[in-house]
Amino acid sequence: MSNAVEITGLRKTYGNGLEALKGVDLTVAEGDFFALLGPNGAGKSTTIGIISSLVRKSAGQVLLFGRDLDREPAAVKSLLGVVPQEFNFNVFEPVQEIIINQGGFYGIKRSEARVRSERLLKLLGLWDKRKGMARELSGGMKRRLMIARALVHNPRLLILDEPTAGVDIEIRRATWDFVRDINRQGTTIILTTHYLEEAESLCRNIAIIDHGEIIEHTAMKELLQRVNKETFVLYTHGSLAGLGSIPQCNLRRIDDSTLEVDIDREQSMNGLFARLQQCGIEVLSLKNKSNRLEQLFLSLLAQKKPGVANDVHEV
Amino acid sequence: MSGYIQANLVALQTIVVKEVLRFTRIWVQTVLPPAITMALYFVIFGNLIGSQISAMDGFSYIDYIVPGIILMAIISHSYANVVSSFYGAKFQRHVEELLVSPTPSYVILTGFVLGGTMRGLVVGSIVTLVSLLFTSLHVQHPLVLIGTVLMTSVIFSIAGLINAVYANSFDDISIIPTFILTPLSYLGGVFYTIKMLPEFWQQVSLLNPILYLVNAMRFGMLGVSDIELTTSFLIMGVFVLVLGTFALVLLERGVGIKS
Repeated sequence: MSNAVEITGLRKTYGNGLEALKGVDLTVAEGDFFALLGPNGAGKSTTIGIISSLVRKSAGQVLLFGRDLDREPAAVKSLLGVVPQEFNFNVFEPVQEIIINQGGFYGIKRSEARVRSERLLKLLGLWDKRKGMARELSGGMKRRLMIARALVHNPRLLILDEPTAGVDIEIRRATWDFVRDINRQGTTIILTTHYLEEAESLCRNIAIIDHGEIIEHTAMKELLQRVNKETFVLYTHGSLAGLGSIPQCNLRRIDDSTLEVDIDREQSMNGLFARLQQCGIEVLSLKNKSNRLEQLFLSLLAQKKPGVANDVHEV
Repeated sequence: MSGYIQANLVALQTIVVKEVLRFTRIWVQTVLPPAITMALYFVIFGNLIGSQISAMDGFSYIDYIVPGIILMAIISHSYANVVSSFYGAKFQRHVEELLVSPTPSYVILTGFVLGGTMRGLVVGSIVTLVSLLFTSLHVQHPLVLIGTVLMTSVIFSIAGLINAVYANSFDDISIIPTFILTPLSYLGGVFYTIKMLPEFWQQVSLLNPILYLVNAMRFGMLGVSDIELTTSFLIMGVFVLVLGTFALVLLERGVGIKS
């Protein structure tokens, strides 16, 4: 399968001397759902800005579907849809007009753009709002409007920069389902997000960028397999007072009915449950305390920082 | 027609329609004020003061100032349309809708300039209709009139875009109209013929580009001018070319709109 994105030696130094990208190499396969993660200021938005022609690069090459952004800017741009982090539409324009106009900028005739906008607005639950001004939309609706706008020209690559930031869980889940569908239909998606469970749930491959460099670029599964230890929270019924230590389990009593336990990835939990049963403690429910990707993410970033202990999260 | 040309024509039409809808949607702010302001000019300078002033180049004072007043409205509104629209797009970041799209810089420039020109023409037409309440107009050279109106709108639309590109705040988009355009318009022979001025100030006036536009307009309407018509059109042509090229370079390089 060919690559949707091939970035080589990408550098960006801003006018104030800030070196935002220090030679980024990145490939995203066609059809992939790809996560680009990193802390604030790591270089994610700069990378996306360069791909979407909003930021001028200092050096390097960007190819989308084998076409050079410098040599064929119009052809490359027509392959790309961008949902930026911040709202960037005219809030004084009617909702449907925003999508129709965006179609026009891509050379789609008004009549055709109207048909496409209707389909997208219905899919994203905004059809009832089509005549209202964009400023009247809620935050979640504005995010969906930007997704609809980015899709009006049927791009082969969709970049989602924090698409669910600040939206409630219901809309977030609905957005996930929608973008999963888009991806299933063949659109390559690059996602940046601060919700790591979002990346873990949606993406097949991942790159982590920090201080302008890619520090990890691999398959999500492969990355998650590196988690050696997980922490579970157990909600119990029955007093935890008589519970002593359990071999190979690091137990912490949070309150009379809540227990936290660190378990090695290869280790069975049967011993723990047997011991709890012996003590007459019933486990009502349990949950994984932290997202696995979150643990890895923090660990990878910690490795890059001099003087930061590396044993907080084992990878 | 090739797909490339057709796509660019659709993009151009989209920008122009968007621009025209923008200023017509807020017509109370964009189209109504010049009608009121210019009516006041005609009442005060034309009827009240003008009636005390003797004929100028063989015309009553109100007739003499009508071409300049119409042109003043065209200048300020062509400029204002593009500077506020483009800066607004920068400020709200919806200029990015254009920048991420395949629309080439020359189409973006042409679209905004046509939008500004449309507003200039609409406002110019309204001011002309208002002037008919005070005097009767007889156009001597229609083609000169049309050419001057169009080129003036284009020049000041481009200038508005350049201003917007460099502007970093809403204050920055009012500095040029307040401190440069208005004084140059008032000193550009709208209300007088430069023949009234001492020789030195006549020469200084020749440095004011608006003088050439106003006189071309006056020639188109009244058939009189302080400036040779060819010189006026040459100056207008040079301005369109130089400002247009400069604006295009700014957009190509992404000055003020790309990091």
